[in-house]
Formats: sequence, structure tokens, C-alpha cells
Amino acid sequence: MTDANSQAMAAAAARRKVLEGLKTTDNLFRWLTQSSAYLVLALLGAIFVSLILGGWLAVKTFGFSFLTTEVWNPVTEQFGALAPIYGTLVTSAIAMLVAVPISIGIAVFLTELCPLSLRRPIGIAIELLAGIPSIIYGIWGLFFFAPVLQRYVQPELIAFFKPFPILGDLFAGPPYGIGILTSALILAMMVLPFITAVCRDVFETVPPVLKEAAYGMGWTTREVVSNVVIPYTRVGIIGGVMLGLGRALGETMAVTFVIGNAHRISESILAPGTTISATIANEFTEAVGDIYTSSLIALGLILFFITFVVLALARLMLMRIEKKAGA
Amino acid sequence: MALDLAKYRRRRLHSSITVTLCWAASALGLTILAIILATLLFKGLAGLNLKVFTEMTPPPGSDGGLLNAIAGSLVMTFFGVIIGTPIGILAGTYLAEYGRFSKVSSVIRFINDILLSAPSIVTGLFVYEVLVRPMGHFSAIAGAAALAVLVIPTVVRTTENMLLLVPNQLREASSALGMPQSLVIRKVAYKAARAGMLTGVLLAVARVSGETAPLLFTALNNQFWSSDINAPMASLPVVIFQYAMSPYEDWQRLAWTGALLITAAVLSLSIVARYLGTSRTPK
Amino acid sequence: MNVMSKDVDTGLTEKISVQDLKFYYGSSLALKGISMPLYERQVTAFIGPSGCGKSTLLRVLNRMYDLYPGQHAEGKIMFDGENILDMKDLNLLRSRIGMVFQKPTPFPMTIYENIAFGLRLYERLPKSEVDARVESALEKAALWKEVKDKLHASGLSLSGGQQQRLCIARTVAIRPEVILFDEPCSALDPISTAKVEELIDELKHEFTIAIVTHNMQQAARVSQRTAFMYLGDLVEFGDTKKLFTNPTDSRTQDYITGRFG
Repeated sequence: MTDANSQAMAAAAARRKVLEGLKTTDNLFRWLTQSSAYLVLALLGAIFVSLILGGWLAVKTFGFSFLTTEVWNPVTEQFGALAPIYGTLVTSAIAMLVAVPISIGIAVFLTELCPLSLRRPIGIAIELLAGIPSIIYGIWGLFFFAPVLQRYVQPELIAFFKPFPILGDLFAGPPYGIGILTSALILAMMVLPFITAVCRDVFETVPPVLKEAAYGMGWTTREVVSNVVIPYTRVGIIGGVMLGLGRALGETMAVTFVIGNAHRISESILAPGTTISATIANEFTEAVGDIYTSSLIALGLILFFITFVVLALARLMLMRIEKKAGA
Repeated sequence: MALDLAKYRRRRLHSSITVTLCWAASALGLTILAIILATLLFKGLAGLNLKVFTEMTPPPGSDGGLLNAIAGSLVMTFFGVIIGTPIGILAGTYLAEYGRFSKVSSVIRFINDILLSAPSIVTGLFVYEVLVRPMGHFSAIAGAAALAVLVIPTVVRTTENMLLLVPNQLREASSALGMPQSLVIRKVAYKAARAGMLTGVLLAVARVSGETAPLLFTALNNQFWSSDINAPMASLPVVIFQYAMSPYEDWQRLAWTGALLITAAVLSLSIVARYLGTSRTPK
Repeated sequence: MNVMSKDVDTGLTEKISVQDLKFYYGSSLALKGISMPLYERQVTAFIGPSGCGKSTLLRVLNRMYDLYPGQHAEGKIMFDGENILDMKDLNLLRSRIGMVFQKPTPFPMTIYENIAFGLRLYERLPKSEVDARVESALEKAALWKEVKDKLHASGLSLSGGQQQRLCIARTVAIRPEVILFDEPCSALDPISTAKVEELIDELKHEFTIAIVTHNMQQAARVSQRTAFMYLGDLVEFGDTKKLFTNPTDSRTQDYITGRFG
């Protein structure tokens, strides 16, 4: 009894010693993980700070008018961000108009209509679409998609919309192939899989009972989707759309190939234009002079700010639906 | 029985229109994928030969390959992943284990999700400002650093998700043996989440190996073979960009071949990653 | 100074003494002031309807609740003269008070490693010694015969009952003083259950044991002492035979006769 007791005491003492030794590594590991986690925070801060510092010269020189001036002239060193901002917003807006309904359609198909055996392969195919590097969309857009549009689609659009007052201007010729509309369509293809994936995931959060109840009352698929599935997941869908928008706004390579890189704002969406990211990609290494470089970095700052806001909103909305699904 | 048959028919018609549109949307998505892959294969295979892997990028008008670009891509992706992965895994570990319930963690999680989809060109600008400008020249180091910045959020996300899938019972059981928390994490949780975490790293590799924008003004480009990581270095995506935008046909052909190579690499990586991820996720 | 007190009535040694223990999940009170002993080398069973706090009490004994935020305990749990609630080194505490869980939780490694892993944590042993300790732990868990030819197979390849006995072996191997069983048989079939019960009966010669169970027959079969808990209170504690044949509290009576729970 006492013997066993003292044995236990001795074992406990030995263990205490071992654990003391482990404590250092234990604390070190904890410290390492914590600093790495804080590094992620620091990274965001560092990106903002470095862009602000880099763009400071342009901000100081042009002030607020940087945002409202269309001129972009490296020779006279006059820079205004209006054309790239316009191009970024318009291409992304058109891309969303095209991609959102298609994405929701595919997501509905995958969750409601698709035979089970096809669900996985089609899901994987859509995810592959997301995995293709953006430069591939760019080269494909330049050599395949733009010529196809130029030859077969744009002339028809121009002819068809000509008689209408406003639409006529929006689709005014000539058919360049490359331009705002082409970029927007390429962007739509790129964000399609992202929005689809989010929508599919949020559709799956709809409790089957709800759907069964609705089908049980004799509702059609369309009625179930538009009265149960979509209302139930509205916030999540918006989150997914914003996520796609964030991608579209910042997408660089695909757009750079097919936008035409023209610093002007045209009425026609068939005309060449530029976006913030395309401008930076095309001109940064060739930019001579501090003010030119600084203006490009200031463009980057604007882009980062816009996407930050859009993505933050997207995350907040997706967090709301996650909470709903978890509850 | 006052069933309004006309109305019922209208409802059914509406529904079948919707259903048809959904089918059409899916068909469209698949068609786009098919066309892109077909074009890539068609144009890329035309220029694919042994020289692509054995010769350097040529000046316009002469024969050549993509050897230096392929090597550059491998080198920078390797270093980017080597730098970014440990940081990502450690940070993800903090979020899932030590700081799971803390307020700061939810902020970090939020920020990380934003970084995950932030424009990659901004990463290029950032690294230009903090590395290229102070060093005074473009370099492979800067390129790798830019890629590392992209690797981190991807790895953080998957590491955290995979660790969260590890059942708490396993943690309790290890703690009940008196294991210190760091050992519980390293010896038990990591082991259980291994396959998923590997998937995350592979997906990160897939993602950065196709990235162009962050390399444009960090690693720049180099027409020749370079093993100096303190000097500009070629990479497949940047060479594709340069060659595709050029007016020379032989350059454009090489660009297509490069595009085929990179797509094949990226897609097979993500398929392998997905296979690993689905076949051996922690239970 | 003898840190362990002898019970005057029973002549048994109190290994652990719970004194006015209160436990909170956030602000809700889950244990409302529990006082009771765990006697050395005896099996103490905790029974009661689900939500009565029996598992909670068990998880306070090895401070498992410390893994989660917002949970805290008040009162005293004396263990060899020290208050468990004041202990700083929880790893040491947990190496002295082992725990076996409801669901078998083998680690994602080989059968051998599952046991050797915990051993190596505390003691630097030569390989032959580790082998011997693994074998003896598996013997004690009545698993040796079944696994001796596949020690290097994954722990997950075993059947549910074998996995649970592996977990017991793992706990026994590091030579704790107390072993807590949290509904160890609820995921097992009757044959595996019988084996685990037999095992617990064996283990009590060496260890002090506490077992939470929802199965009254099991409590009656394996334990010498039984505590009946209800809504966070300890209603009755005493000799198992007496508690099941002649309970003093009417609620205990109702529960063991199946009138609620």
C-alpha cells in the first residue's frame, strides 16, 4: 500500500520533470502559430500602407481630381483615373448581368434537377472552369473569342440596335472584336464557376423538409425554387454574387488581352477601353518617371479599396447564412 | 372539384421553361469549358515538340523552346510555396486550435478570406514597393515572395477547415492522456487532417503556378537561362503574355504551347488534390 | 501527515473528495453543489437521466472542461491533498487521472503507436521496455491475443469493441491512479460490452475507477458505489447493492424502477 503509494509519487515527480521540459516547445509552438496568424493581419495592413505610400505622390499632385479626370497622358505627365475606373465598373457590371442568372441556373440544375449520377461530373467540370488560369482565358479570348465576336456577333448587334435611340449608341460600330463587351463576357465566364459554387452550397443549406412540404402541396419546380429555395438563401446568393464581383473587379490577365487598352470613355460598349488592373499590367514596367509610377500605384490602391469593400460585404453576408444554417 | 385546369397548365408551362433554362445554362457552362480545352489542345499541340523542353526562349523569327520559362516557373513556385506554406499552416492552426473561440481569430479569419480573393496584381504592386524598389532591381526572390503572399491565405483556409473537421473527441482523448496541446496538435490533429492539408497545399500550388499578374513587375522576365534568384527570371505565364501579345507568329505559337502546358499542369494538380481530398478526408 | 482520509464508517480510503462542487456552462448552473468521495480501488458508478450532470462531473475531475471557453467550476476537489480546481499543470493531472470516452477514439496511427505514443511522452524507455509495456497494457485490456500479430496495423482497422479496449490499454499504459469512464459501452454491442465490463472489474484491483452509465444493470454489475444524480444535484450516494435494493430517496426509487428517465 505505502509502497505503491511512494511509487506513484515517484512516477508523478518524473512526469512533472518531463512536462517542464515540454513546456518550452509547447510555448514556442503556440507563439509561432499566433505570430503567423497575426502576420495575416499585418499583411493586409502592409499592403494598404505600401500602396498609400507608393501612390502618395500622385494623390498629392492631382488631389481629388485624380478620380474625376479622364486624361491619361504620360508625355505631359497628366494622369486621371476616371477611364480605368469606368472600365473596371462597366466590365464587371456587364459580367455580373450575364453570369449571375446563368450561375443560378446551373446551381438550380445541380441541386434540384440533375440526375444524381451526373451531379458529381458536372460539378467537377464547373470547378475545372474555375481552376483554369486567367491567362488562358486571355489568350483564348484574344485569338478565338474576339475574332468570333468580330465576325459573327458584333455586326449583327450593331445592325440590330442601330434604329433605337439609346441602344444604338451603346452598340455603335465598328466591330473591333476586342473591347469592353468582349472583356465583360470573358469575365462572365471566369466568375461563373465561383458564383455557381457558392449558390450550389447555399442551396444545399435549405432544409429538405421545407422543399418536401412545398412539393407536397403540388408546387412545380419553378415555384419551389422561386418561393422557397431562393428566398431562403437570398443573403447567401447575394454574398456569392459579391464574391464574384470582387473577382471580376480585380481580374487582370484575361482582361488585359482583350480590352484594347484605350484610355477613354466611349458610349459604345463595343469600343476598346481599359480597366485599372489592365492599365497597371500593361504600363507598370514601362512607366518612366516617379509621377507615372505613383499614379499607377494609386490606381492599385483604388482597386484594392473597392474590392476590399465588395469582398468584405460578401463575407458578411455569407457569414449570416452560415449562422442560419448552423442554427 | 373546381380545379382550374388552364391555370394548372400555365403553371406547368412556366415550370418547364425554367427547367429548360437551367439545363441550357449548364450546357452552356460545359460548352465553354469544352471549347476552351479544345482550342488549347488544337493550337497547343501544333507547336508541341521536344525543343519546347530543351531550348531557351528564342528572339523573334528563330526557333526555340520554353526551357528557361518552365524552369523559372518551377523555381519561383517552389520558393513561393516553401515560404508561404509553413506560415499558412501555422496561422491556420492558430485559428482552428489555440484561438478557435477568440475575437481576434474571427477578425483574422475575415481578413484572410478577403486576401483570398483580393486582386493578385495588387500583390505584385505590394512586393514591388517593399522588395523591388528597395533592392533596386527585379528578381526571382521578389517573384517568389509575391507568390508566397498568394499561397498564405489559401493554405490558412484549408488548414483551418481541415483541422475543424478533426473530431473534438480525438483532442479530448489526447489531452486526457496528459499530452500538452502542441503535441495534441502536431501528433494527433495534423495526422488526422493530413490528407486535407496536403490538398490545400496542392491547390495553392495549382493556383500560383498559373499566376501572371504578380510576376509582371517583381520577377519581370528574362530571355535567357538564369539560375541567379537575385536577378530577373522568366516564367511561363509572363512569357505567354509577352509572346501572345506580340505580332510574331512563331512567338504566338509558342505562347499557345505554353498555355497548354500550364493548363495541363494546373488542372492535373487540382484533380489530384481533389482526389486526395475526397478519398481521405478525416472522419 | 496522511493526505488521504479514511472513511470512518466504511474503512475505505478516499482517493478523491468532491466538496460542494458547482459547475457553470456560461451562466447556467449545471452542478449545484456536489459533495462525495471516490474510494480508492473501488468502482463508483454515476447514474441518472440524461442532462443530470453525471458526465459533467466526470469532466470536471480531469479538468477536461478547460478546453472550452465559458465553463468554470467552484468548490473543491481534493486529490491526494491537492485541490484539482487549483492545479496549474493540467497535463500532469490528466496523466494521473485517465479517461475513456463514449466513442472509441483511437489515434490515426498503428495499434502499437497508439499505446507507445503516450508512454514515450513521459518516460525515456529502451525499445524492449516499450515493447514490454505495450504488451502488458494490451494484456490488461484483454486485447493482446487479438492484436499481437498486427501491432503495426492502423488502430482504425479494429472493430468498435476492440478500439475501445485499445483506448483502455492506452490509458492504462501510462499508469494513472484514477480512470474515468464516460459511458464506455454506449457505442458497443452486448458481447463487447460484457468484455469491457469484465475488464473494469479487473482494473479496480489497481486503479480507482469512476464510470458514468445510462445503463442501471451495468452500474449494478460493475460498481461497488453508486451515485444517483438528478438535475445537477447528487440525490443519493452509497453502497451499490443498497442503493438498488433499498434506496432512501423516492426519486432514486422512481428512477431505478423505470418510472422516469
